[in-house]
Amino acid sequence: MNAQAIGKKNAFVRGGRRVRDTAKSVCGRFTHGSVYTKIAHFIMGFGNLARGQIVKGLLFLAAQALFTVFMILRGGRAVAGFFTLGTRVAHVEIIDGFPVNVAGDNSMLFLLYGVLTFALIAGFIALWSVSVASSYRADCMVHAGKKPSRFSDDVRALLDEKFHVTMLTPAVLGVLVFTALPIVYMVCIAFTDFDSAHPAGVTLFDWIGFAGFKDVFTGVGEVGRMFFPVLLWTLVWAFFATFLNYFAGIIVALLINKKGIRFKWLFRTVFVLTIAVPQFVSLLTMRAMLSYSGPVNNFLLRTGLAQLPVHFFDGKAWVARVAVIAVNLWVGIPYTMLITSGILLNIPAELYEAARMDGAGVMKTFFKITMPYILFVTSPYLITQFIGNINNFNVIYLLSGGMPNTPKGTVAGETDLLVTWLFKLTIENSDFNKGAVVGILTFIVCAVLSLVTYRNTASYKKEDTFQ
Amino acid sequence: MKSMKRARIASNAVVYIVLSVLAIVWLIPILWVVLSSFRTESGIITPYFFPKSYGFINYVKLWTDTSVYLFPRWFLNTFIVAVFSCVLTTLLTLATAYVISKIRFGARKGLMNAALVLGMFPGFMSMIAIYYILRAVDLTQSLVALVFVYSAGAGLNFYIAKGFFDTIPNQLNEAAKIDGAMGSQIFFRIILPLSKPIIVYTALMAFTAPWMDFILARVIMGDASDKFTVAVGLYNMMFRKDADPSVFTLFATGCVCVSLPIVALFLWLQRYYVEGITGGAVKG
Repeated sequence: MNAQAIGKKNAFVRGGRRVRDTAKSVCGRFTHGSVYTKIAHFIMGFGNLARGQIVKGLLFLAAQALFTVFMILRGGRAVAGFFTLGTRVAHVEIIDGFPVNVAGDNSMLFLLYGVLTFALIAGFIALWSVSVASSYRADCMVHAGKKPSRFSDDVRALLDEKFHVTMLTPAVLGVLVFTALPIVYMVCIAFTDFDSAHPAGVTLFDWIGFAGFKDVFTGVGEVGRMFFPVLLWTLVWAFFATFLNYFAGIIVALLINKKGIRFKWLFRTVFVLTIAVPQFVSLLTMRAMLSYSGPVNNFLLRTGLAQLPVHFFDGKAWVARVAVIAVNLWVGIPYTMLITSGILLNIPAELYEAARMDGAGVMKTFFKITMPYILFVTSPYLITQFIGNINNFNVIYLLSGGMPNTPKGTVAGETDLLVTWLFKLTIENSDFNKGAVVGILTFIVCAVLSLVTYRNTASYKKEDTFQ
Repeated sequence: MKSMKRARIASNAVVYIVLSVLAIVWLIPILWVVLSSFRTESGIITPYFFPKSYGFINYVKLWTDTSVYLFPRWFLNTFIVAVFSCVLTTLLTLATAYVISKIRFGARKGLMNAALVLGMFPGFMSMIAIYYILRAVDLTQSLVALVFVYSAGAGLNFYIAKGFFDTIPNQLNEAAKIDGAMGSQIFFRIILPLSKPIIVYTALMAFTAPWMDFILARVIMGDASDKFTVAVGLYNMMFRKDADPSVFTLFATGCVCVSLPIVALFLWLQRYYVEGITGGAVKG
């Protein structure tokens, strides 16, 4: 059994143990806790109130009351709505001899409120667990002959030994509301038929299970026909965009940092300048320059490099693909140059000295010393770059817009990546379920790629080494 | 000896030539926008590089004539959003990074893994859901929403700042704890004063983001052109379906006006920027 497999097994054992421990501590609180704590399992805050922790107890109680009222008034219906996704279709009714428009259910809102309610229920369960634990802790303190902590003590703890809770809460809330919830919502959408044929509020949409994913492998519809071609191009793009930029950037860094070269700061500033110009400016400018009657074509015609103006982004697929990769060099080289410049200066001079003594040439020192050193230090960067390029929306969308179109007449063009395709499907074409399917598959591709590589880098395994 | 010297001079000359050519290639698009913004004879994309006549018409028109394009308004919007989201994002990022780097608590590994997993979902997937969530609380087409959305991701982008905090020795925390400092005091009185480079880097990134993003702002703002940020406004100006091709010089002028403050900031804070990205790249 190799090391990784052992690690994986350990993770499962650890996970199992954790589940068991949690179950044990939950049961333990009930069996070992005082009568107050037992009641606190059903009336939140009861234990705290009984122990004189009035403010805390009232807060828990109020939370429970609010939650109960919410579930009765709205929550129950929202949960039911999550499963039905609405039943009333918009229609015209004849009332007193007059036709009246009756609004139907909005499936999209049903789904949204359902997801929100589930999130609220999960939050409530977490709070419940906290409240029981708090009551149990009060028990323990009384047993130990101490006074249960006062409210002011608890607040103080939030600034001291529990400071991390205070610090993390806003950030975690932000991520939950604006990242996690939307993702859960979109994952749900992938299993519905919410597309341009079922606009929200006009007609109902419904759960369709894995049908959207099945299309991918049976080659049916937009997603089925285009998924593998787009995936292939995305990987090819990510490969070239990452490694070409990487090696070209290293070469530029070597040139700038060559001994005896002056005006290093000037050259470096030029490259920092191009990073500082917002990408939408530089890329849209490039797009204008490369347009059919733009200056680049004019230059090519005048110098005789081309007989006819080149259709960069609305002609042949390979021309557009080469063009986006080339323009991406302009975008990416400065970053690599800056990053590797710093590393180059850190390579011990003795290494080069020794190599020179042994009669190694420029090429040999580059391939035997410089490259291995840089590769070693920047391997995590390469991985994040590769994933970043798979999701490189700006360069493709601003430059080519995914053009040219495919002969099959699909939404995805020849230079579309998974992300730009996803954007077109959802924002521009309202085929939300197809976009969600593509999004989930993109996630799986990225997750597999990075879990395999990232977890094996030294900086992840030994993050405490340098502290 | 002499031949070696000559060889070095020759090789240096080659390097100078290569670097100069590269520098020119890298500057051409930028130069072209700047030149186009001063072009007075025609508004469309021209096949020639250098304008035939120069002037400030486009600048005057962009900043004073708001009958079609509300550029001054967009500029102000972006500035407001950038200031608020810069403050919020910096606070959230530093807090998260510090806690993850320096405090060992039960959920730490779990939170880090969750951040990793969430970060792997394409951001564009959730954009439309964010739009509907904002609409459910009636916050679409507002600058407040934009500030929230820009800052909310801070909890996921802590890796670079964490890398920085990792380099501050743990003994500092322990010594302070022994001296009776509270958790909050350690952070505010001891760690933060040592963290100027990463504070500047985080703030710089957060401040410039709203000037560069045009997708999220476009989705959230829809057709409310008085709420646009500069990026959305300029994109719409030039690449809308019914866009007028003769606004190119005006568009270029807008681009220059947006880029100037950002470029100035970057060049001024270059040192911190380079430290930030190199540190982040090396430590992952």
